[in-house]
Amino acid sequence: MKVILLKYNAGNIQSVSYALERLGADFEITDNVEKILSADKVIFPGVGEASTTMASLKSKKLDQVIRNLKQPVLGICLGMQLMCKHSEENNTACLGIFDEVVKKFEASKEFKVPHMGWNNLILTNSWPEKTLENSSVYFVHSYYVPVNQFTTAVSDYIVPFSAAMKKDNFYAVQFHPEKSAQAGEQILKSFLDI
Amino acid sequence: MLTKRIIPCLDIKDGRTVKGVNFVDLRDAGDPVELASAYAEQGADELVFLDISATQEQRKTFASLVKDIARHINIPFTVGGGISSVEDVAPLLEAGADKVSINSSAVRNPQLINELSKAFGAQCIVLAIDVRKIDNTWIVHTHGGKNPTDKKLFTWAKEGQDRGAGEILFTSMDHDGTKNGFAIDPLSKLHELLTIPIIASGGAGSMGHFADVFAFAKADAALAASVFHFGEISIPELKEFLKNHNIPVRL
Repeated sequence: MKVILLKYNAGNIQSVSYALERLGADFEITDNVEKILSADKVIFPGVGEASTTMASLKSKKLDQVIRNLKQPVLGICLGMQLMCKHSEENNTACLGIFDEVVKKFEASKEFKVPHMGWNNLILTNSWPEKTLENSSVYFVHSYYVPVNQFTTAVSDYIVPFSAAMKKDNFYAVQFHPEKSAQAGEQILKSFLDI
Repeated sequence: MLTKRIIPCLDIKDGRTVKGVNFVDLRDAGDPVELASAYAEQGADELVFLDISATQEQRKTFASLVKDIARHINIPFTVGGGISSVEDVAPLLEAGADKVSINSSAVRNPQLINELSKAFGAQCIVLAIDVRKIDNTWIVHTHGGKNPTDKKLFTWAKEGQDRGAGEILFTSMDHDGTKNGFAIDPLSKLHELLTIPIIASGGAGSMGHFADVFAFAKADAALAASVFHFGEISIPELKEFLKNHNIPVRL
């Protein structure tokens, strides 16, 4: 099985690649369209700012490629947000795989922003698998996707928000499985095992 | 629910952990990767590695160490020490570090915070602030608390947030090493003042001190070194203790 880790200006490519290494996955980091199209699985990482990251995807024509992928695709953090229709972060038009709008957390002294640290998952669907119910995973983000029809796991910070989503062959997580200890490894493995 | 974070801090010199470490079942307590893996296994929520190397040659060792750490541990970590430019930060993040902390260089050149935040995002910029109380005012110090500056804690912390820091690492040098507890008063005031997370450091001596800094100062995270390195407080026991005191933690 060949896994492709999309190469563009995302900040966490190295960390995701190390996590895949630890799982013994056969993967390649590339922006080569042919290789992406022929992969068994595609991982779409993301750390950074929405508009510059979308611009980076477009400059490589990866926006069209990602939208039309038929194999399982996993978006991580900003990757998940960019799979939505629109982001409030610098008013950015995104890929539109999920018909949702990414919103900004309102900071207060009680609720600091970014939402940074370990928070628990409340599962609402069959992926992520049930053994992960209530497990803690690591989040770092200032924008969130509201709970919607595609939400498969919810976390709560200021408001309940989408921690994981799924639509057809598209899977997405707001947290960082590559930094979420055993729970994160289990989620990455479950994606690789699909 | 977002949990409170427990963060062991490791001082690194020439690629090795510095302070004497007396930690159960380690083959090589001077090996940062082995020590870090042990902490991750025990349930540490994050790790901080501070490079206290004096020379350029030793700093190069640190960059390759960061890569080695990232390869082996599956929790987030921050690196700091001697960072003074965008060029210093890029290789550390590319090597797999999640955040960088800056301290004296930001005091000398506050614009550095803006530059780093713009280049890499606020979420990976930790502004470390070392303070001592002088004539009833918390004064920012540099060089490990040796040199007083003209900056006051609260205005500097607010300025750091406004310039784009994503987190504040507060250390009271008056409390550091005393094991008499964290500086609750200034930490409480920082909590009231800021909308970014605060890591409390300096003074941890007992499990009760951790409970206090979370319950009374509302700190988002607490950092300590020697109490963990010498096995005086074990992380699993600390988390169980905090849970029993109704502090949300990841078990």
